[in-house]
Amino acid sequence: MSFEEIKALISNKFGPEIILSENAQAPQPFLVIQTERIAEVCQELFSNPLTYFDFLSCLTGLDNGPEAGNLEVIYHLYSIPYDHHLVVKVITERNTPTGDLPMVPTVTGIWRTADWHEREAYDLIGINFSGHPDLRRILCVADWEGHPLRRDYEWPEYYHGIKVRYDQHNEVNGFKGENQIS
Amino acid sequence: MDNKTSSPYTQYLLQAEPNFFNPDNLKPGEMLINMGPQHPSTHGVLRLEVITDGEIVTDVVPHVGYMHRCFEKHAETRAYNLTIPYVDRLDYLAAMNSEHVWAMGVEKMLGLDGKLPKRVEYIRVLVSELNRIASHFIAIGTYALDIGAFTPFLWMLRDREHIQRLLEWISGARLLYNYIWVGGLYYDLPVGFEERCREFINYLQPKLDELDTILLENKIFIDRTANVGILPLPVAINYGCSGPMLRGSGLKYDLRRVDGYSVYPEIEFDIPVGQGTMGTIGDCWDRNYVRAAECRESVKIIAQCLDQLQGAYKRTPDFDPQAMCPKKIRPKEQDLYFRAETPRGELGFFFRATGKSDVPFRCHGRSPCFSNLSVLHEIAKGSMIADMIAIVGSVDIVLGELDR
Repeated sequence: MSFEEIKALISNKFGPEIILSENAQAPQPFLVIQTERIAEVCQELFSNPLTYFDFLSCLTGLDNGPEAGNLEVIYHLYSIPYDHHLVVKVITERNTPTGDLPMVPTVTGIWRTADWHEREAYDLIGINFSGHPDLRRILCVADWEGHPLRRDYEWPEYYHGIKVRYDQHNEVNGFKGENQIS
Repeated sequence: MDNKTSSPYTQYLLQAEPNFFNPDNLKPGEMLINMGPQHPSTHGVLRLEVITDGEIVTDVVPHVGYMHRCFEKHAETRAYNLTIPYVDRLDYLAAMNSEHVWAMGVEKMLGLDGKLPKRVEYIRVLVSELNRIASHFIAIGTYALDIGAFTPFLWMLRDREHIQRLLEWISGARLLYNYIWVGGLYYDLPVGFEERCREFINYLQPKLDELDTILLENKIFIDRTANVGILPLPVAINYGCSGPMLRGSGLKYDLRRVDGYSVYPEIEFDIPVGQGTMGTIGDCWDRNYVRAAECRESVKIIAQCLDQLQGAYKRTPDFDPQAMCPKKIRPKEQDLYFRAETPRGELGFFFRATGKSDVPFRCHGRSPCFSNLSVLHEIAKGSMIADMIAIVGSVDIVLGELDR
């Protein structure tokens, strides 16, 4: 199925307001879906015999920074029998007004591979996947503070008495580093 | 472990990576066993928390992340070409394959895909397939070691050594090459490489027959692996398994064919799948059979690449493999997910380029081992402890890539 057909299928099933925006000209066309209904849409894309997206290739969390003020979750779907792709995105605020992590419905019930991918996004970006059966940190240690891939993340100085940053080492030794790229 | 009597450091460790199961809540007769992170059969630093009832594994929870090195954060602070050495260190057993994926992904963003000289593409495929054989040899060899066969390990490493020396001749490094660059290669093949490589594959073919005899058709090996750790195909797809894990379960799915990147469409090779020859489709034997059969296919691919490199695209004095390398890598504003087949499965990189910077705004690595390992609890439940070692080995994880 082409991108336009999939888009028509979703808007017929859930109403056109569910698609917040789209980009069909991008190298990999994508749809932006209402955050709270992403799980329903994914369920439909998974179980509809016309689309049958049975393989969740990749799930990426992304922080656009405090100026843009939002986070994204990007789902790369693939259908093995039909050999077609779809990129679905969700955009959510960085923190709820009460300062909690933003909520995105989990897709673990549809693709079990999302289990670990969502744990990773929770760990590194700080997205709370509601309904996830086991939302723990996966790559960082359990008592790590903050979410390292957020743009405004600040490294702790010490972790249980272990020095975390070694930047000063470069300055002491006169090493300029490779970071001076515009 | 008793928290009251332990030292503060033990307590830190428990805080850092607490157990998933509470020992107080276990059923009578159940026991919590910790395997790893230093256990040799975990192939790196993987920790398995196992609940056993006698000899039977009733549940297993993997704890990963011991080798997390913030690859994605590093990638977001460096230009695309400067990240290639980091990409090498993800899957250190198949660095060429990872480099190839990264380079192709960046080239696709720059619009360079399909425009590179054919000789560059054939050399890339050649070195990737050499590395694929080396990686599968480690996988099969250490797997045999895990389940108690020592000789195949030495034989595999002996043959892998030849590949390492060939790749060292090309790039100067044995394991982490930094050979495939964005838009080209570090250097052309050394003079005489094609002939030497052809000698090597002629040497290797009988060794692959030996491998079949000594290991895959060995009765003890079959007894240890057939009907163990059966992974049904729908479960494999749902858990995002790829590579030999998925093909072992019987699906003919190889991104080299499905996506047809680089020059793979011009090359003839088969995709071996598990057929349940010794037991059930998707058992540990099938996964190892697929790896061993893929080595033969890789030999076929290498032979065809050598034909092309000595024939239509042979060495010329004016050939410069760096000619297409962009001096400044600044892709247009876009999101791109690029995936390709490494020895372990679908390795993908997600890039977001802003169009205003030489560094990616976001880079995410989709590791095949990460998804492959997440299925462990499905296939290890109900097996014996010794079989679980066989199952973990058959997943063929590289922790450097899993933890990134």
